[in-house]
Formats: sequence, structure tokens, C-alpha cells
Amino acid sequence: MADWIKACAVDDIEEEDLIRFDHGGKTYAIYRSPEDGYFATDGLCTHEQVHLEDGLVMDHIIECPKHNGRFDYRTGEAKGAPVCVNLGTYPVKVEDGSVFIRIG
Amino acid sequence: MIIGAGECGVRAAFALRENGYAGPVTLIGEEAHLPYERPPLSKGWHATPKPIASESAFSDAGIRLLRGTRVEAIEPTEHRLRLEDGAVLDYGKLLIATGARPRLFPGMEAALTLRTPEDAGAILDGLTPRSHLAIIGGGFIGLELAATARRAGVVVTVIEAADRLMARAVPAEIAAIAHARHTLEGVRFLFNAHVASATKTSVTLGNGEAIACERVVAGVGAVPNAELAEAAGLSVANGIVVDSSFRTSDPEIYAAGDCCSFPYQGRPVRLESWRAAQHHGHHAARAMLGDAAAYAKIPWFWSDQYDLTLQVAGLPEADRACIRRDVGEAAFILFQADDTGRLIAASGIGEGNAVARDIRLAEMLIERGVVCDPARLADPAFNLKAALKG
Repeated sequence: MADWIKACAVDDIEEEDLIRFDHGGKTYAIYRSPEDGYFATDGLCTHEQVHLEDGLVMDHIIECPKHNGRFDYRTGEAKGAPVCVNLGTYPVKVEDGSVFIRIG
Repeated sequence: MIIGAGECGVRAAFALRENGYAGPVTLIGEEAHLPYERPPLSKGWHATPKPIASESAFSDAGIRLLRGTRVEAIEPTEHRLRLEDGAVLDYGKLLIATGARPRLFPGMEAALTLRTPEDAGAILDGLTPRSHLAIIGGGFIGLELAATARRAGVVVTVIEAADRLMARAVPAEIAAIAHARHTLEGVRFLFNAHVASATKTSVTLGNGEAIACERVVAGVGAVPNAELAEAAGLSVANGIVVDSSFRTSDPEIYAAGDCCSFPYQGRPVRLESWRAAQHHGHHAARAMLGDAAAYAKIPWFWSDQYDLTLQVAGLPEADRACIRRDVGEAAFILFQADDTGRLIAASGIGEGNAVARDIRLAEMLIERGVVCDPARLADPAFNLKAALKG
């Protein structure tokens, strides 16, 4: 059963940035794009399971802080070495100033 | 045809395919392993090395991988290689990505070194708590190995010829943080210490002091594997000399990664770097396909010691003034600018990945030759991304 979970307030994430969100024993990354869109992916890089939260968001790319694996956070697509496995992505909606992600 | 199946050669092989090349690609590696990631070897106990790509990834991409294969000679006039087993392979274009090997100074030839999974096994297997490991050299490899060994309770002595750690790689203020942490963890340091001789189980210093131990490891730099190139008549000077497209003195032969000496900001540079190996391989592949763009990536290094991570973008200069930027409580970055104010290097140290984002932004600032206001660089509240966009 997929549930909408409240992850944060819209203002908790700066524009072109991300935060980490832990829920149910899993860790997620929630992004705010330069166009003010919100997105969610798995929180760990698929290369060496490093938390993406300290990574750099530029446009629609999240770059892993450890070895610079790059993903498009809108689709989860891995953008080349050293990463070859995509990130999982999750539906996101914004309601009443809060960001919700659907997981489960 | 690619000689060398490390990070650089593998990246080049796949990049040829990614850039549309449909002809034959052969990747020749001396080691019997599937090509693997080298950085973890000094950072912990790993039973099996982690492959860079699966065996099926190579075959799916149509990359012919020859493992355990040694090249005896390059014959440029004939456009062919002679292998150790007598076989002859023709090439159209050749990439030499033979990497580097550990350096050993006279007197320390008997010491162990760390480059391969077998080397890591020889050093770490059988080391038990309270056994004694002597490490010659206080650089990245030696210190990562020291941290790994201390975590297992091994007694560690680090013998360093200079008066501080990582003198070639990072500013003194950063080295001091690492030094303090290793000291806290119980590592014993000997500075300004000249090694007169070493065996597998003892080190004798220039002052006559003898250190008995179970293992001696030397981590005192690396020498480029340039002999094949030199014997083939290619220009070699601290590495195989290449232009900004990784082309050697023979227009059909390229060299990239740790084995090459390439132009960086107007001077020849040779790097020993995982990320540079990838970038070189990628760029060399495109160059072999006719792309004339000049390589312009900024050097980037990292090191893990305990839960400390160091990251460096650019090439820090030992005697140049630093601008300090604090990142949270226990992490900071030291910036260096040239005489015109352009950023040339950023070195950071902190727990976890605290410095990663700012170092990555600094790398982009350096790449673009941005002149930064020192006061802003030093201000933790100033987002470096704004400097990039401003």
C-alpha cells in the first residue's frame, strides 16, 4: 500500500538544493529544482551507498559528494561513470506548504 | 587498442563506444582480475576487489578484454604490439594507460608496497592486534593504511622524511588536523627520519635507530610505467609526454592516466589520481575519434582516514597564502589564489562529506578561472554557487 508521507515544508529546502528525509528505516533525498519543482529519490548513491545529502545540486543533476557519481534527480537516471545503476524515484506533491512523497 | 586495464583504460574503452565508435576495441591488462577499483585497497579490509564493470558489460559493449596479458613491445612503424607469449596484435590507434607503480628508494627494496589486491593481502592478512606495522612515508597511502591498521588494533609507526605529513599534497594546516587525529588514535610518528635500510620486518634509520616489526610497507610515491613507450621511441620525461589531447610524440599513439605527463596551466604535470584517470581516459577516447578539444579538467583528489575525509581541487602550493573558510564546527577549506586573484586550489578536511559540496564548487570556480573576493570565500554564509553564477 503506497502512502503519501509528509516529508518537509516547502521552505525547508533551498532552491536548487536537497535535504535528506528518513522514513521507515529508509533514507530519501528531496529536491527543489531551480524552477521550484519538487522531486524525490533514494537517499543513497548506487555506487558506494554514500548519503547524497552533502552532494551538490546543479540544475537537475545531483552529484554524489564522495566520488562524483551524477544523476538526473527528476528521473533517477545515472549520468555516467562511476555510477551505472539508476536511483529509484518517488512521486511528490505539494499541499498547503508541505512536500509529500509517496512510498511503500 | 588500449594497453592497461585500470580505471583509465577501462573508461577509455567504454567512452569509445559511448561516442559512437563501432570498430574493434581491445583492452589489454597485465593483472588476471576483472578490472577493479583501486582506491578501496588502502581504505579497509576487502576480501575481493570491486570490479569497475561486470564481465558482461565488457562483452555487451563489444570490448575484447585480454587479462593476464603482458605487452612486450610497441612497434610504431608496423602499427603493432608484440605480446610476451609471442602473439602479434595490429592496431589502428593505440592508447597507453599503463599507470604507475610504487616507488622504492635505495635501501628499502625489501619493503612491501601497495598497489594490487595481492599487495593488500600481503600487508593486512595475518596482522593481528598488537602486531607492529612500520609505514615508510606519511602521504595519502601510508596514512590511509595507518588508519585501517589502527582500527584493527595494529601498532603503527609512520616514518616520514619531511617535517610534516602529506607535504606534497595539502597545506600544513590541513596536514596538522590529520596528524592530530592519527596521534589521538595512537599512531607513532617519526619526522625528519631518513631510512638507511629496510627488510620485511625491520627498518633502520639514518641515526642508527632500528625499528622491529611484523611488516614494513613503503608508500613514498609512484613512478610512471613508461618503459614500453620509451623503448618504442616516444618522448618520456617523468611520464609519457602528451599534448592537451593526450597525443604522444607519435600521432597514432596516445597516453593517459598516471603514466602520462600532460600540460596543465602552462606546465607539464603528472597525476596519480582516480578521477583524473577517468577523465583522461574519457578525453583520450574522444581525441582518438577526432575531437580536437583541449583537456581542461582540474585535478581532484580525496583521502579517507578514520571518519575524516580530505578533498583537494587544483594543485595547492606549499608556500602560498591560504584563505580559510569554516564549514560547520570541525571542517574547513583553504583556498589559494594566484597573483591576479584567480582561484587555483582548494583543500578541505572534515568529518564525513562536510567539505564535499564547497570543494566541488571550488573546482568549478578554478576551472572557469574566476577571481573571488577573499572576504566572501571566507564567509561561511556566502554560498559559493553565487560566485559561480555571478
